[in-house]
Amino acid sequence: MEMEILWAILFLLVFPGFLFLFFWGLVLEWWDRKLYARLQHRIGPRFIQPEADFIKLLAKEDVVTKSSDPGMLYMLPLVSFAAVSATILYIPIWAGNSIVYFQGDLLMVAYLLTIPTVALFLIGWHSANLFAAVGSQRAMTQLFAYEVPLMLVLVSPAILAGTWSISEITQYQMDHPWAMWFTLFPGFFVALFMLQAKLERTPFDIPDAETEIVGGPLTEISGKKLALMRLTFDILMVVGAALLAALFFGGFMLAMDGWVGWTLNAVLFLVKTLLIVFLLAAVRALFARLRIDQMVDFSWSWMAPLAVLQLFLVILVKYFDLVRVVGGWL
Amino acid sequence: MALVTIPLGPQHPALKEPENFTVVVDGETVVDMYANIGFNHRGIEKVCEERNFTQILVTLERICGICSHSHATCNAQGVEELLGWDIPDRGVYIRTIICELERIHSHLLWTGVAAHEMGWDTVFMYTWRDRELVQDALEQISGNRCNYAMNAIGGARRDISKDMCDKLLKMMDVLEAQTEYYTQVATTETSLLKRCQDVGVLKPSIAKRLNAVGPTGRASNVDADVRRDDPNAAYDRLDFDVITYHTGDVFARVVVRVKELMQSYRMIRQLVKEMPEGDIAYKKPAKSPKVPEGEVVSRYEAPRGEDIHYIRSNGTDKPDRYKIRAPTLSNIQSIVEFSKGNRIADMPLCIAGVDPCFSCTDRITVVDRRRGAARNIAKDDLKLYARRVDEGWPDLRDLPVGFDAGDGEELLRRLDEKRYAGRKSPLEDREVI
Repeated sequence: MEMEILWAILFLLVFPGFLFLFFWGLVLEWWDRKLYARLQHRIGPRFIQPEADFIKLLAKEDVVTKSSDPGMLYMLPLVSFAAVSATILYIPIWAGNSIVYFQGDLLMVAYLLTIPTVALFLIGWHSANLFAAVGSQRAMTQLFAYEVPLMLVLVSPAILAGTWSISEITQYQMDHPWAMWFTLFPGFFVALFMLQAKLERTPFDIPDAETEIVGGPLTEISGKKLALMRLTFDILMVVGAALLAALFFGGFMLAMDGWVGWTLNAVLFLVKTLLIVFLLAAVRALFARLRIDQMVDFSWSWMAPLAVLQLFLVILVKYFDLVRVVGGWL
Repeated sequence: MALVTIPLGPQHPALKEPENFTVVVDGETVVDMYANIGFNHRGIEKVCEERNFTQILVTLERICGICSHSHATCNAQGVEELLGWDIPDRGVYIRTIICELERIHSHLLWTGVAAHEMGWDTVFMYTWRDRELVQDALEQISGNRCNYAMNAIGGARRDISKDMCDKLLKMMDVLEAQTEYYTQVATTETSLLKRCQDVGVLKPSIAKRLNAVGPTGRASNVDADVRRDDPNAAYDRLDFDVITYHTGDVFARVVVRVKELMQSYRMIRQLVKEMPEGDIAYKKPAKSPKVPEGEVVSRYEAPRGEDIHYIRSNGTDKPDRYKIRAPTLSNIQSIVEFSKGNRIADMPLCIAGVDPCFSCTDRITVVDRRRGAARNIAKDDLKLYARRVDEGWPDLRDLPVGFDAGDGEELLRRLDEKRYAGRKSPLEDREVI
């Protein structure tokens, strides 16, 4: 019993809990910024730059304007940080099973991941600042645009595997690796772009369009609150990449047990997240920022139909039981 | 939905220099816009009346960092005309080389800034890296990256060596290859086209009416370029095309500027190859030449458009009146006109798309053609203008300055009384220009 409690504390606080998320989030931020800089023919930040930025922000003065709502502004970063950090428990990292798993945890993770965006909206709304209000308006509009394609493609692997648990989807992929890869290709493409929209990065960094509305929803917050919100989005990058890795790349996990297998799988998981962030950084460097109406247009005209096509493909594969048939050949 | 008033500026990431554009929006669509200028007013015209012509040459260069040579050249050629001096060819060619180098660095700067306004920092980094080549060349020629001080009244102040000429030619090859690449990117990249096409459309008739100059005007098919129409310096001996485009949107402005870059490379090549030997200046740079009575209008095609300097001299070494009309002053009126109907997200591109240089812009003279009179906005009027937000003027157009104003001093005194109610105003003893 004591061992269980000890393990639980280890999982929650060290790996894959708080400390891992904190440091790996900052490592991924460095990876992204370094790649972005190199693609622009610049040098880019040193490895500990994100940690330094975080510490600096913690030390800054926290200015709270009189007309804003200090209680909400205090609570919202904490709530969004907590929501995003909690999702890592449901994503399998070193083995077929995550720390906690149950049928439907995929939907719960998807729900928890929308909380940062809603928190962003509320922060902007309670900031009593014109630019923040416009920014939060845009954040909500963007949510309505990317949420549907994202949900559809997150659900496609679930339908293919016939289960609502991320852990079981991953196990299904380990059993039929190539099936997932061939069927889910358009889904991965859509998921990548919609993850970029969720993370609010170019070409979808519309809510935080620095040259148009100064800081967007985060214009008025500073100091610890800003540090926590930035950390939230870094961790969202980890969790988003982890989710994509689990749902689309989960098949490339070594079916080894024991400490060696688990360590290797964990390392493989980290490599997968690095790969996904590599793609995200490339997308960030390659495109200009879209306008909000163009983004909504893009999502509903191109991404949503592609997601529906993906769903259709998955249904076809299930109907003709192609996984078993083709798997038999391979 | 209610109309919201958003102040863009004077401090705003979209603006490189302080001006205020107050936009009235309905949702995301801009319904109305007021441009409030004057934040960068430094009293330059007054300063010119109290300095001699050599000092003015140095002062005017510092109107702006990006188009410093434009103002200096415009001034120098105006004074030379008043003096009746004949500038040696080599001096003229050196002046023109610096003019075109300045145009190149300014257009590359603008391309980067426009890309940054769009959120595309990659192009920003690339173009500014190329701009460093031009800045290195300017530094090797003149010793400085922005206020070059290459002009003297009577010609050029420094010579350009043979080595430097060869370096310039090589640099043109590199820059031309890079600019070809940017042209290709600008015309084919979808996200850029989406942000730039049909945004901030300035119709040619309105452009003519509002006097849109420079690349802004040429992007709306206004075929006017001082280098061709009224050639100064060495432009009458050069072979180049004037670039125009018909759509009048931000995309047109991008295309016009990028193509003008190619023309500038062509011009520098000609200038360097055909540069004659000889003196670089008419006389040794004079200390303070006494300029005979007269008046002159000196025009110059700065990177942003037509720069006009009016000089009236009275026989002494100080001018009687010096008036500067910078190109951005014309283009601001166009900004207000073509921004209506666009979205907030387009505002940075609309404003930055005309390549504004607000440092050049701010002069305050009100001219009323019907009355045939001009009046300079006085110090007290400026104070009222600055306090309008605090005092709550309902509409900026109700501001009591200009011709129909009452006594500005009296009004200020009453406002001060109301505000300070007996206490001494802290501003009373301060002289504000």
